[in-house]
Amino acid sequence: MENIGFLNIVAGIVGRFWPVWLTLALMLGGVYFFRKRLGLFGQLFNTKVGAAGVLLCAFWVSTAFFADVIAPFGPTEQTTVMQNARPGAMVPDIGKVYYLGGDQLARDVFSRAVHGARVVLTIAPAATLIAILVGATLGLPAGYFGGRIDSILSFLANLVLAFPVILLFYLLVTPGIRETPIPKWMAGILFLFPLVFFLVLFTSKFRLQPRKLALYAGATLLIGGWLYSGLVFNADPFGLVRIESNELNIFVAVVFASSPGVFRIVRGLVMDIETRDYIAAAQTRGESPWYIMLWELLPNARGPLIVDACLRIGYTTILLGTLGFFGLGMGPESPDWGTAIKDGSQPAQLRLYIWQGLVPALALMSLVLGLNLLADSLREESLKD
Amino acid sequence: MLGFISRRLGVMALTMVALSLVVFFFVNLEPNLKKLAISQTEQRASPEMQESWLQRNGYRDGFVIRYGRWLGVIRKQPNVDPATGAAVPRFRYCNEPAEARYSGILQGDLGCSSALRSPVAKRLMEALSATGILMFWVMVVMIPVSLATGVLAGMREGSKLDRVLSFLSIASTATPEYVSAIIFTAIFATGLGWLNGSAASAITQGPSLWNFTLPVMTLAIFDIGYVARMTRASMAEVMTQQYIRTARLKGMSFTSVVMKHALRNALIAPFTVIMLQFPWLLTGVVVVETIFNYKGFGWLLVQAASNNDIDLVLACGIVSVVIVLLTQLISDIGYAFLNPRIRVS
Repeated sequence: MENIGFLNIVAGIVGRFWPVWLTLALMLGGVYFFRKRLGLFGQLFNTKVGAAGVLLCAFWVSTAFFADVIAPFGPTEQTTVMQNARPGAMVPDIGKVYYLGGDQLARDVFSRAVHGARVVLTIAPAATLIAILVGATLGLPAGYFGGRIDSILSFLANLVLAFPVILLFYLLVTPGIRETPIPKWMAGILFLFPLVFFLVLFTSKFRLQPRKLALYAGATLLIGGWLYSGLVFNADPFGLVRIESNELNIFVAVVFASSPGVFRIVRGLVMDIETRDYIAAAQTRGESPWYIMLWELLPNARGPLIVDACLRIGYTTILLGTLGFFGLGMGPESPDWGTAIKDGSQPAQLRLYIWQGLVPALALMSLVLGLNLLADSLREESLKD
Repeated sequence: MLGFISRRLGVMALTMVALSLVVFFFVNLEPNLKKLAISQTEQRASPEMQESWLQRNGYRDGFVIRYGRWLGVIRKQPNVDPATGAAVPRFRYCNEPAEARYSGILQGDLGCSSALRSPVAKRLMEALSATGILMFWVMVVMIPVSLATGVLAGMREGSKLDRVLSFLSIASTATPEYVSAIIFTAIFATGLGWLNGSAASAITQGPSLWNFTLPVMTLAIFDIGYVARMTRASMAEVMTQQYIRTARLKGMSFTSVVMKHALRNALIAPFTVIMLQFPWLLTGVVVVETIFNYKGFGWLLVQAASNNDIDLVLACGIVSVVIVLLTQLISDIGYAFLNPRIRVS
């Protein structure tokens, strides 16, 4: 089998990523020209750490977006002769190259890593968003009202947090559980929180403006109900929103495992901000508790929450990797990094075909590193003023 | 203080009951019971035979009754074979008593593992001691390295050393065990051939540098970053305090200020963080023991969960929950002892 050599591999891979370089160049140009107007985002580029974080994240986001263009092969495309092929091996007859070698099932490792970015970067941010909404909806009243609500909710949160993550996943994401209605129930309850969150958000603000209230609440119900029916009942009337039952299972488990963490942070932030004067002012004005929580407290807690969200997306990526690594939830064909790492970390692969595990492992590490660096510099920047 | 501890112990007991109920509920879900019945009767047994096996062994009794039996507050009944009238044990390989008696976890009976074909308690002890050895070495590596890194980075905030060490800490927190295991194996086992990529021989021949370095390094690296960041933050805060400035202005050297004044106060926060690392380490232990084929607690948990070995999952679950809750308690008490400003009430 022909091999194209190290330099050609590097050149080939750099070439395949052209849409990503274009996107990054456009972004950097935009940042350079509008630096003054970008505020915090522009300041991130002042330090090397911040710039590296933004660039790594942007790299993976655009890779996920252009995955079909970048990857020379499909995620499950097999070429029998390429089984365990070395990096840079050329596929006979077509003239295309397995830049980073082939895996045990003769699939292109490079293409699978690129397609894996799409899987990871869809589930991780979405699950984090839902977890934040769930955690905020519960953490706000717990911190604000205190008392019995706080004790009960905190006990429940600590209960989930005391649960070893790995055991939780083994119990929640087994194939057997998909035969029971439990994942549906959990999805039904967890996805209800975002809906409730936005309804309360608009109701508390536009209580005295019925027309605006009807507009916003109606839109929330319409869009939320549409997503809800598609995600939970798989009954989207337009057939646009749907999710495989194993993916729903993973999604629900990840949201369930990470929302108590958000709850604790939000609760702590609320208890801290609660003592400020503008909260007392709002209380004196006679604002409703939910208005104070959602329109006075929450916006002022955004800094730490954004930092936490960055870290949490990274952590969720690690969790997804763990799930894939133990063969939970994701199908065996799935290109996500955890599954690829699992396949590549069999003793034989580790000894002879190290690239099969190394490529997805480095991909996962660089994404999480980017998110952590971003979170770190965001924290530094927000502490400055 | 005593009141605080007893209240915490009460909450702990409540948490454990709640969590064991949840685990009990999940492992006893219908699909799981069916799988157990299929594996225990012959593979091709008819659904009726599977059902009768479940019935005979008490899996069809009410949830509360079965939970009570497992806990040890309701008598376990012997399984009577309807044909002969004699008591038959649930599983061939464990001697379960032929007469009714209280025998649950409160009495120390953890049940019988259907996947490993032996009593749970025996396997659990072996596995826990194996993991104990691993954790001991992880702590021996992790604590000095992370504290030193954190103190060096935090004593001069913003210096070049600080930036380099902080970057390394962030990088290490971005490296979960399954990633570092592969990278280290690629470098040290596949590439250089210095270390063994499997720790299986550590159980039979005892741990050595050759077979134990990779698992210990892999487990330590993810936590070093986190603990080092906490230590750095705590150290940096202490260094801005008035008494440090006073000591410096008095003419004390920088080294002795750091060693005599700053360190003591800066190491309070990392202590709690290190204690709270245990639950996180648990996931790491599972990953590392799976990759390096080391038959400890993590390996046992994977065996239990992937084979739906009901008694073993329950036992592993309880053990890990106890570890998590105990470390939380110790970290709270230790914090109160170390920090005289905190008064527990």
